[in-house]
Amino acid sequence: MIAVLKKEFRSFFTGVTGCIFIAFLLCFTGIYITSINLGGGYSSFEYVLSNIVIVFLLIVPILTMRSFAEEKNTKTDQLLYSLPMGVSEVVMGKFFAMLTFFAIPVAIMATYPIILSAYGEVAYKSAYLALFGFFMLGSALISICMFMSSLTESQVIAAITSFGVLLLTYMMNGLASLIPTSPKASLVCFAILALLIAFLFYHMTKNITLSASVLVILLLLIVTAYVMKREIFEGLFVSVISYLAVFDRFISLTGGIFDVTAIIYLISVSVFFLFLTVQSVEKRRWS
Amino acid sequence: MIEVKNLVKRYGNHVAVNGISFTVEPGKIYGLLGPNGAGKSTTMNIVTGCLAANEGSVTINGHDIFENPKEAKRCIGYLPEIPPLYSDMTPIEYLTFVAEAKKVKGQAVAKQVKEVMEVTDLTAMQDRLIRNLSKGYRQRVGIAQAMLGDPDIIILDEPTVGLDPKQILEIRELIKALGKSKTVILSSHILAEISAVCENVMIISHGNLVANDSIENLEAIANRCDKLKIIVRGERNAIVSKISSIENVLSINDSDEKAGDGEVALELELLKGADIRNDIFFAMADIKYPIISIHYQQTTLEDIFLALTNDNIHPDKNGVMPSVEDILSGKAAKYDEDSYENNSDEELEDLTDEDSENKEEQEDDYRPLFSGENKEEEK
Repeated sequence: MIAVLKKEFRSFFTGVTGCIFIAFLLCFTGIYITSINLGGGYSSFEYVLSNIVIVFLLIVPILTMRSFAEEKNTKTDQLLYSLPMGVSEVVMGKFFAMLTFFAIPVAIMATYPIILSAYGEVAYKSAYLALFGFFMLGSALISICMFMSSLTESQVIAAITSFGVLLLTYMMNGLASLIPTSPKASLVCFAILALLIAFLFYHMTKNITLSASVLVILLLLIVTAYVMKREIFEGLFVSVISYLAVFDRFISLTGGIFDVTAIIYLISVSVFFLFLTVQSVEKRRWS
Repeated sequence: MIEVKNLVKRYGNHVAVNGISFTVEPGKIYGLLGPNGAGKSTTMNIVTGCLAANEGSVTINGHDIFENPKEAKRCIGYLPEIPPLYSDMTPIEYLTFVAEAKKVKGQAVAKQVKEVMEVTDLTAMQDRLIRNLSKGYRQRVGIAQAMLGDPDIIILDEPTVGLDPKQILEIRELIKALGKSKTVILSSHILAEISAVCENVMIISHGNLVANDSIENLEAIANRCDKLKIIVRGERNAIVSKISSIENVLSINDSDEKAGDGEVALELELLKGADIRNDIFFAMADIKYPIISIHYQQTTLEDIFLALTNDNIHPDKNGVMPSVEDILSGKAAKYDEDSYENNSDEELEDLTDEDSENKEEQEDDYRPLFSGENKEEEK
């Protein structure tokens, strides 16, 4: 794992994507610091962070797009498979390399509250808590985008799909408010979701009986639950999909409250997508 | 030592590898031969753990590649068909990474990297970016990578593709040198290369292993009896009856050589080691028929390869491949009506002139691919 980490980390400095990542992040932070803190005379660094998360939509896909798509494209993944280490070591190595690289601009940003303190009073605790949350959010997003990269062999497709997924999670709360909260609407939404899952199954296995039985089982479960306890369906779908709003979890950390659930949530997202990436890379050996 | 048992790999409905089993003994150089798309690379990818198999098992020095991959992979160095190189690294960086990933410890990393670079003659190129290296040097970096970690077994998939003749010779020497201390498996469809480097050949065709033997053994099986080809100007029946009276002639068949008007082309199977050219000369002189040409036919690795990888060779109903002897003597292909490798009498009579012309064209098409080997030894 350490060997992969070292190699990947070094490759960010030889390629152009690493520079773009750091430059973009620091440039945006600089602009917001100037306009909010220095220009507006507002001492809250947390507020800056909560405003610049949108830059993640652009720069995280740039950082992660190479990770697995490029390996597959240049057939270097065969080397990784033939080396005496597990797929999980490769995935972890790459993930921690990106995380370490992401820590560089975060470390630079950590000096900003100190600089700001020259001009007024800065709430260090809440500023650094927000920065920690910022880092954890970045880790979760890197994990998601790395998974997207493992699904394709084209860097461009990896970047675009990653951007799409991040945009969706960014707007998730807004989208959720559009969905009606009545039990019947929830039922319909869950049925559509079941259909999508069945379709995904078919796409992955090409087995019509398996996908059909998955669909039937899911529909039966949903309908039974609906008949038995109708009231829990009230707004259920909305609350389920608002779990996918990764960005909003970070916003709750910028309010100066040490929200343990948010941190656990962000760590779980990272771990979950790392797991999915391992599965996805492992699956490539079968095709 | 590698033990492969009943390996099956399917891509959807297409069977790429169809129940291959073999054992690789330590300290030998094995050649994996087969036409394009026969399943060579797939087999190698499965043996090295890069690809999962649908059925079967691979055991490397006692470690199962699927159950115990780390231990098994430590015994193998693998160069895939396309060298897996990171173009934004220099050879020394790349080899250091591979050595570390192969769990070479501490100071041994630099030492081993230096060693393999010296062996593969890369030291002068060590600080250039891999993307700026020529194909030959990239191939060397790939081979150097396979040698790191001091594995017992080195597997090379088409190591000389795209190299110039001088580089090919150098790589061959390198492989021979490696073969002195390690087990080497290399795949190729260049027959001259296999016969120059390897002791044993495994021939794969349509996902089946059709032969696994030493080159000498295969040639001995194919040359179990000598074949003499003659063209005589004269009347067929008289010639045949005269020749059949000569000792040591096992059978007389029509030969596939082109004979002019009033000429008869024959192929004689002789007892091994018998030289009857004098007898034939005097026999023909007796009946005053001039001999136009007379020469021995030697079966080479190329003939064996073409015969074994014929599209008509299939496993029988029980999934058992016909033996090498059967294929080479034409027995295995006898059941296929359109077989062109078959030399037996009845078959040839059935062939129309058009067919035999097609057949020659087909064989001529093959020949330039396998340079350096003359099918027939003129005497």
